[in-house]
Amino acid sequence: MNLNDLPDSRGHFGPYGGIFVAETLMAALEELRVEYDKARKDPAFMAEYAYELKHYVGRPSPVYHAKRLSEQYGGAQIYLKREDLNHTGAHKINNTIGQALLARRMGKKRVIAETGAGQHGVASATVAARYGMECVVYMGEEDVQRQAPNVFRMKLLGATVVPVSSGSKTLKDALNEAMRDWVTNVESTFYILGTAAGPHPYPMLVRDFQCVIGNEAIAQMQELTGRQPDCVVACVGGGSNAIGIFHPYLAHPEVRLIGVEAGGSGVESGKHAATLTAGTPGVLHGFRSYLMQDENGQIIETHSVSAGLDYPGVGPEHAWLKDAHKAEYIAVNDDEALAAFHDLCRFEGIIPALESSHALAQAKKLAPTLKKEQIILVNLSGRGDKDINTVARISGIQL
Amino acid sequence: MSRISSTFARIKGEGKKALIPFITAGDPGKGYTVPLMHALVEAGVDIIELGVPFSDPMADGPVIQRASERALANKVSLRDVLAMVAEFRKTNTDTPVVLMGYANPVEHMGYEAFAKAASEAGVDGVLTVDIPPEESLGVADVFKAHGLDPIFLLSPTTPESRVAEVAKAAGGFVYYVSLKGVTGSANLDTEDVARKIAMIRSHCALPVGVGFGIRDAQTAEAIARIADAVVVGSRIVGEIESAPEDEVVTRVKYLVEALRRGVDAAAK
Ligand SMILES: Cc1ncc(COP(=O)(O)O)c(C=O)c1O
Repeated sequence: MNLNDLPDSRGHFGPYGGIFVAETLMAALEELRVEYDKARKDPAFMAEYAYELKHYVGRPSPVYHAKRLSEQYGGAQIYLKREDLNHTGAHKINNTIGQALLARRMGKKRVIAETGAGQHGVASATVAARYGMECVVYMGEEDVQRQAPNVFRMKLLGATVVPVSSGSKTLKDALNEAMRDWVTNVESTFYILGTAAGPHPYPMLVRDFQCVIGNEAIAQMQELTGRQPDCVVACVGGGSNAIGIFHPYLAHPEVRLIGVEAGGSGVESGKHAATLTAGTPGVLHGFRSYLMQDENGQIIETHSVSAGLDYPGVGPEHAWLKDAHKAEYIAVNDDEALAAFHDLCRFEGIIPALESSHALAQAKKLAPTLKKEQIILVNLSGRGDKDINTVARISGIQL
Repeated sequence: MSRISSTFARIKGEGKKALIPFITAGDPGKGYTVPLMHALVEAGVDIIELGVPFSDPMADGPVIQRASERALANKVSLRDVLAMVAEFRKTNTDTPVVLMGYANPVEHMGYEAFAKAASEAGVDGVLTVDIPPEESLGVADVFKAHGLDPIFLLSPTTPESRVAEVAKAAGGFVYYVSLKGVTGSANLDTEDVARKIAMIRSHCALPVGVGFGIRDAQTAEAIARIADAVVVGSRIVGEIESAPEDEVVTRVKYLVEALRRGVDAAAK
């Protein structure tokens, strides 16, 4: 089977993916599927998308050889794909530009989004301002407290931020609430989903918009090093930055793909968000994949120092890649991610997002096991300005 | 003939319409559910919809969300819900019971194991809100093989071309969601519902129940004039939430008796 042909016409990646939603949304998802299919074959649409990525987002993002970090870790050469340099500071905008252009094409004047860390919310509010659309962002009450600067950013950009107080008051509940809004306002509203998850066609279209990361990296690595890396490492929350770099690399089967999940206080502690590492298959938020659930099939709360990885599901394509042994998934704990966060600040002058720090921590473990001429490419999915309050608090510093 | 089909046949013979209340199993506590079910029967309901609590009730409004949270705080599992139905069946073998919930608890138990256990407990129909017919291939067949009617939703956004497909997969009755939105929303347009039901009937021989937005005897009567069954959820669950615990059963019974009078007024 050609992996590039997945998902099938109803959104299945093997047993995963699909469309598990209430009847009211079925027609809207079908409309989106049809419209996206036309858009991606429309040269004018793709040209506008490319133009926006270049002139508004600032792509291509560079690949950077982190020489001092590589020396420090004592082994393989570490390269960084600099998604942190994008406008709004993360990979999320690659997707929100694409979806906003689709919304405009479909004549929708109102967009909604869910957000955890606030990065996708900011990226959605940004494109809504850019294209003149009304924007409502759902955010768990807990996250509104934890991520106050991003809440203010969204408001500056003209978005309405709605705190969600149901369930665990975090990302999964924000997603539930966004879905409820969509069911109610389905005719006027476009739902900008923030990761490569949700009902078909979202996992596919988010992946396609994020594949710009991997496509650029393949060309840039060739130019810079004359070859492709031995390993590509990316953090996995819902899985959008990881699938964006992994998917194009599936055409290079000699490259090891390593997805890094949030190990929280340790997978054995139960306080983590390592869905692929420790979860089991189930159905949530419109798709089938690995989930964090209890013995009765109820979704359980996740824990991570990084709000963007604090999600009890994972995109269906990753579930498929795991089962097919096309990619490996491991967990990195909070303390390891924090150590890697500080390393990148001190040795390279780059403040990484706590999400991306999980990928860096895995590179730190991997590098000494490899030879000096070998290469690890880390997807640096975002910058860490949003996280400085969290890091200060953990370090016992009052800002 | 299934218990649901024979119930609809009997009601039709009497020239009446069915009243289907919804309550969440285990709300406000595990011990309330079976007495509530019996009280509903005494108040004159025809079929009982029993909600299986889920941590992420994506299609529900705040009232039923809170009921789900209360039930989960009482640690009510899918197995507990089946045990409640079995308990109810010890003294009631006539009133059909439909379980309404989300895919994951059922998927986690295993569709085959669930269908067998549900059938043994005396469940008659299953509505998994987030399994549309497209994803139910196999699942609906497993349910049918165990004598369970797979109930499916139709909505104002369902294109006419899809209604026959849904009807083909369905058993017992189809459930028309009368408005775009989650459970508990207001603003019911009965004329629009009447037009939609006429369209549905031209593609579907099963009885048509209508739910979402029915809050009192008047709306129940208006819907009973056009549909085969009237489904009332949030209004009853809201009554359970607001009643003092020792009055829950009597207050629900009183409310449902009024709804029954509304439904029966349509037949006169
Ligand atoms: C910088 C950054 N990286 C990664 C993630 C995780 O999301 P995903 O797995 O979809 O890339 C987030 C989510 O907020 C993020 O902000």
